[in-house]
Amino acid sequence: MKQSMTNYNLAKNYLDEEKTEWKPMRDGAGIGIAELGGEKENVVVLAADTAGSSRAKYFAEKFPARFIQCGVQEQNMVGVSAGLAYQGKVPYAITYAAFLVGRPWEPIRTTIAYPQNHVIFVSSHAGLATGPDGPTHQMTEDISIMRCLPNFTVIAPCDYEQARKAVKAAYDLKGPVYIRNAREKTPVFTTEDSPYEAGKAQVLREGKDITAIGHGYMVYWLLKIAEELKDRISIEVINLHTIKPLDEQAIIESAKKTGRVFTCEDHNVVGGMGSAVAELLSQKYPVPMKLHGVYDIFAESGSVKDLWKKYKLDEEGTKEALLEFLNKSK
Amino acid sequence: MPTPSDSKIKELEKKANNIREDLVKMLIESGSGHSAGPLGQADIFTVFYFHVLKHDPQNPMWPERDRLILDVGHCVPIRYVAMAHAGYFPKKELMTLRKIGSRIEGHPNYLRMPALETTSGPLGEGLSQACGFAMAARMDGTDLDYHIWCIGSDGEQQEGMTWEAAMFAAKYRLSNLTYIIDRNNIQIDGYTEDIMPLEPLREKYEAFGWHVMEMNGHDMREIISTLEESKSIQEKPVLIIANTTPGKGIEFIENRFGWHGVPPGAGPEDVVPKEEQAKRALEELRTLRGRIEAEHD
Repeated sequence: MKQSMTNYNLAKNYLDEEKTEWKPMRDGAGIGIAELGGEKENVVVLAADTAGSSRAKYFAEKFPARFIQCGVQEQNMVGVSAGLAYQGKVPYAITYAAFLVGRPWEPIRTTIAYPQNHVIFVSSHAGLATGPDGPTHQMTEDISIMRCLPNFTVIAPCDYEQARKAVKAAYDLKGPVYIRNAREKTPVFTTEDSPYEAGKAQVLREGKDITAIGHGYMVYWLLKIAEELKDRISIEVINLHTIKPLDEQAIIESAKKTGRVFTCEDHNVVGGMGSAVAELLSQKYPVPMKLHGVYDIFAESGSVKDLWKKYKLDEEGTKEALLEFLNKSK
Repeated sequence: MPTPSDSKIKELEKKANNIREDLVKMLIESGSGHSAGPLGQADIFTVFYFHVLKHDPQNPMWPERDRLILDVGHCVPIRYVAMAHAGYFPKKELMTLRKIGSRIEGHPNYLRMPALETTSGPLGEGLSQACGFAMAARMDGTDLDYHIWCIGSDGEQQEGMTWEAAMFAAKYRLSNLTYIIDRNNIQIDGYTEDIMPLEPLREKYEAFGWHVMEMNGHDMREIISTLEESKSIQEKPVLIIANTTPGKGIEFIENRFGWHGVPPGAGPEDVVPKEEQAKRALEELRTLRGRIEAEHD
């Protein structure tokens, strides 16, 4: 366990919530793209009237000639991105998840996914961690609708630092990429020195009794739960930041070792990361599974903390779901 | 550019007729595909591939080529024929339209034939992409080296995304872009003005900040001069409303919306029975060829 933690260079005292810094993933993504803009001249950023809150502004301020403000035109932003990509640019289209991939899904399918255009869609406001704006803005179906598109890579970073790395890693991938980020501040438990490789699952903590897989900020809950319960049960924690293509080997190896898999995510359990893992394991190495997440409902307005608590996406709710699964699958 | 000579015009008219004949043969062989729109656009595509377009069939992805983007994907058969005639691929390949493994699919597939510039099919997505092409050229400082052309249809003016792009092109003053609307007045379910009226189309685009021109989409001389003139307009994107006759060249197809999405042999039988449609269509085009030759001699 110690060895793998060292390898991932997690933040000092990351298990102490008091000492852990909380920052939004959207900030990490915005800063990462601005940094990338200085290195790569063909990076172009497109915004749809949310350049401020989706953090496209960091790039826009540094590289105004390569920034395209589309106004409230998400469909057009997709088409313009496709045209730019055909001409050799690497467009980053940025806005809230519901508008970025929900509103213009078919233009994405036809003009980006099918012709394999290298366009990178970077969202903010994914999941219930969007908060008081309510269900219209809390996008909990984006992973489902993006991972079913052929050619797409789908990434959900676990924190600010990983979001910053993921947007840069996407530049070197082939074809279209979707990167999902939350609006709210969440724990920053990885560091600048933490390794990141798109497509490679991170076994952040080794265990032998159960595999717990998450993406986004919920990976942090899993690490804390694993520590808290370590005297009763040995939990293997996997950060599955790349949901497509799936790191099949890492998931199957872990399932073989523990014989039980728990997944959790701030996303609908229908078609999300848990579904992707279930699709894999049901065919290649069936084990008992529990898919925890948003249970196929639209939530409501509320502070992020209240939403987490009511919909059982906080540490406590996640722990309850995990323990219940453990008891049932004994 | 100098005014084209009479012999050049005659050559283009003959070419357009040959292209129509091959189009009809291709559609008959395929047994599926659209007739009316492609026949109506034959003259415009002929002018593009044999006079106006800056291109090199031997080097299809030449960086300085004009980009011709087909918004209205279902009209791609006429583009395939024009491209085959121009030397992009062997004419015999036209007989593989819509068949398994073919490069020339029912709707344009960029991956199988990059010279098509884009993939299209769902309507109203081409103008946005053309805007992206035009923006990239401007960022690269190559906007005077080549022109961006986008051919769309009137039905596509019912798509909201088209109007998003219309606003965008005007905001960014994309004068390196010319958008041509094939105004043939029909769509699958009927006449455009019955299904969802578009008029006054010219005034709408003018209000959106475009420079608008019109042309008779079957008059070679007018097509050439309008396309050429559109390149010289500064500070604004240009729309050309091309007034065309759907099904042009085959009388029993002309102006009948029932012929929008079917090939000869599968069309409405109000004038010609199905089993005679293929033969009659080719006969009419042969007659037309004779008339073109006689008129100019």
